[in-house]
Amino acid sequence: MTVGIVMLVHTALDRAAEVARHWASNGCPVVIHADKRVSRPDYTAFVEELSDLPNLKFSKRHRCEWGTWSIVGAAQTACELMLSSFEDVRHVYLASGSCMPLRPVSELVDYLAARPRVDFIESATTQDVPWTVGGLDSERFTLRFPFSWKRNRYLFDRYVRMQRRLGYKRRVPLGLVPHMGSQWWCLTRQTLSAILESPDRKIYERYFRRVWIPDESYFQTLARLYSVSIESRSLTLSKFDFQGKPHIFYDDHLQLLRRSDCFVARKIWPRANRLYATFLTDSLAVQRRAEPNPGKIDRIFAKAVDRRTRGRPGLYMQSRFPNYGRENGVTSAPYSVFAGFSDLFDGFETWLAKTTGSKVHGHLFAPQEVEFSGKQEIYLGCLSNSAALRDYNPYSFLNNLIWNTRGERQCLQFGPADNQKITSHIARDPNAQISVVTGAWSVRLFHSNSNFSDIRKSAAQLQKIESEFLDVLRAPATKARVRIWTMAEFVESPMEPLQSIIDEIGQRGPRRLTEAPKMVDLSGFGQFLQNLKNQGMHPHLMGDFPAESQKHQTPQVLSKPYLVK
Amino acid sequence: MRARALFKRRELRSVVDRTKSIKANDILCFSTFRNEGVRLPFFMKYYRDLGVDHFLFVDNDSDDGGREFLAGQRDVSLWTTRDSYKKSRFGVDWLNWLQRRYGHGRWTLVVDVDEFLVYPFCDTRSLHALTDWLDTSSVKSFGAMLLDMYPKGPINAVPYAAGQDPFEIASWFDSGNYTIQKNHDYGNLWIQGGPRARMFFADKPERAPALNKVPLVKWDRSYTYASSTHSLLPRGLNLVYDEWGGEKASGCLMHAKFLDTFTSKAAEELSRKQHYANSHEYKAYYSSQNKSPDFWCKWSEKHINWRQLEILGLMSKGNWA
Repeated sequence: MTVGIVMLVHTALDRAAEVARHWASNGCPVVIHADKRVSRPDYTAFVEELSDLPNLKFSKRHRCEWGTWSIVGAAQTACELMLSSFEDVRHVYLASGSCMPLRPVSELVDYLAARPRVDFIESATTQDVPWTVGGLDSERFTLRFPFSWKRNRYLFDRYVRMQRRLGYKRRVPLGLVPHMGSQWWCLTRQTLSAILESPDRKIYERYFRRVWIPDESYFQTLARLYSVSIESRSLTLSKFDFQGKPHIFYDDHLQLLRRSDCFVARKIWPRANRLYATFLTDSLAVQRRAEPNPGKIDRIFAKAVDRRTRGRPGLYMQSRFPNYGRENGVTSAPYSVFAGFSDLFDGFETWLAKTTGSKVHGHLFAPQEVEFSGKQEIYLGCLSNSAALRDYNPYSFLNNLIWNTRGERQCLQFGPADNQKITSHIARDPNAQISVVTGAWSVRLFHSNSNFSDIRKSAAQLQKIESEFLDVLRAPATKARVRIWTMAEFVESPMEPLQSIIDEIGQRGPRRLTEAPKMVDLSGFGQFLQNLKNQGMHPHLMGDFPAESQKHQTPQVLSKPYLVK
Repeated sequence: MRARALFKRRELRSVVDRTKSIKANDILCFSTFRNEGVRLPFFMKYYRDLGVDHFLFVDNDSDDGGREFLAGQRDVSLWTTRDSYKKSRFGVDWLNWLQRRYGHGRWTLVVDVDEFLVYPFCDTRSLHALTDWLDTSSVKSFGAMLLDMYPKGPINAVPYAAGQDPFEIASWFDSGNYTIQKNHDYGNLWIQGGPRARMFFADKPERAPALNKVPLVKWDRSYTYASSTHSLLPRGLNLVYDEWGGEKASGCLMHAKFLDTFTSKAAEELSRKQHYANSHEYKAYYSSQNKSPDFWCKWSEKHINWRQLEILGLMSKGNWA
């Protein structure tokens, strides 16, 4: 007893001939169906090349077109020839010209001999099949498809739409439950002949001739009718991409294929010389009884599909430039934006870096230059500190920075004196943790040596800018993790807010803050605000600071580090 | 633009025509050059190894022996012209004509002699593997961003010798300082950045050179390159990027411009005023105080292989596995 190989061939005839010779000379009878579109001289040369093999035959040629009945017709003809010409064939294996055996032929023969009644055919009902591409699953069986999908896509689509609108439905012949699966199967003589010699074959054929892609459903459905024992899987390793096209194997897949323990794989790139040279010599016949295990290959191709459909979050590059809202991650990693903190605390950046272990930058969007950590002129990824380069495309700048520093959390200072173009971008980014102490920018003015009229002018301007920033942060579209305190309430008890921010950054595991950053001297600040009010400018973002009453209280509290319980 | 190409063909004079030997599935490489003799031997070797079957060159009035060298190569067809590079829109018109004539129905690669294509799996799979895969995926154009490579130290410190791999010298690049905008006229992305932007265009970033390119196209006689290989017509060919979050497969054109040959080239090109945007780029190089700039910084990335470029996010395997 042996295995008969039915090969459907349409291109790369030289490779098909090599594989056919390999099967035949290892004792497996072969029947080849060559597409009628193969030119006469090519076909004659092909036949001539294989004429020395006694157990190899050519079946009558059909003109095959993808997605139509013709492929099933070709398989039927070839199988009939196989069953009638080779008496000792018990299993028939349907393969294509770009299939290649990965294990010694004898191992396949033994494997099947040990399972004499089993049909290996992937066969699932339409409800259970998530992998159909193009949206036609159950409709494959209930609509008509007279137009070619490849040559006449327009008519194909229109006709499908029309039938949907009219509610047209074909009736599935009595007793049939439509099943689908890989077109590459291995059936026993009993099952195959039952399908081919069924008295109802004409009825089924008439039905399947108008089914879409019948080569994935004809044998798969009928095998359910006649088989005594179906293993619903294909012995051929064949992976499909997100558009339903088979993945192709190249020389660099050699080790992967070898370790898969699959019997047959497709598609092999015709020019993959090393694969053909390796697998078509039986010298590596190490007798393994392993079951096919395509797990690793599955993972690689699943990853490829994921890369093509979802991509790497937060990456913007020449072949991934998502439309607004389609980014699957505005940036690639979490980061923190601090507004007002460095105004309020002396050495806040150093303290933050020490406490969280993250990379802390100054005002990255400062008008003069980009204040990278340590005042570096160039930073990771060769980002320049030129404000002009940054402002030319602030979104790219931030996305690049976060992408370049993957694995290390970034913190940056922000304020109303900085370039505000970036605000809506960070606000809609779930990766952004934005903490704002409103009005804290005024501390700089309070300590400055400018004339009061100038101070008043810039206070009014900065307040307006920060108000707009707050509006953006409070908009419903905001996805960032936003925390806002007025300066007055923050100064009241700074440790609790700081603790929750640090906890969320979570670089160093949960622990209590033992050392507080040192707050700047705020004595007289209340009077400063009162003076602004007296000059007609209303500083509202700072919250309520009493004019002079608690003069020395705040710095006192904060000058000594303490624990918050 | 097609009419331009037809008109400009009259400027070309054939030197060697071996186009009869081009077969149906051949991959063709088109390029134009002027006094680049020292670069040609490695260029030919690199692309032959990748699987290019035939080269079609336009020589713009070279006098350094490059033309003679190419005329002697069995897989080269060569034309020459004395006309203006600038007026032919930087060679695009000449090549558009040759592509229209010989590229129809074939995969065509249009690169300068200092541009070296890197694509996913290029160390194990030939260019034919890529184009066959693009064919089965019904993809007609393949994007490859220009990646400026530079040496460590002043660019004229190490002399480049004919036949040498230029990336033995210029083995560094900027990994993550590129800006991207969509060009709504042609539907292509406009990518700028890299060492040239940070060294020469920090004060006028909008004038920094474009780095987006679509060098590999399954050509049809109705196609044309609109502006160098940055954009094509019809517009659909420029859609080499995914807009819904996924990644399409893409490569890089490693740019070996910054070798010791550069400074003399900059001076020459400046005097000829034949380059893009009134030679603005060359002016910027030449006027920078240091005549032999050093692009290297401590964040520069040293080139290893295509996998490194893919991990850095400069190119992508897409769904090719």
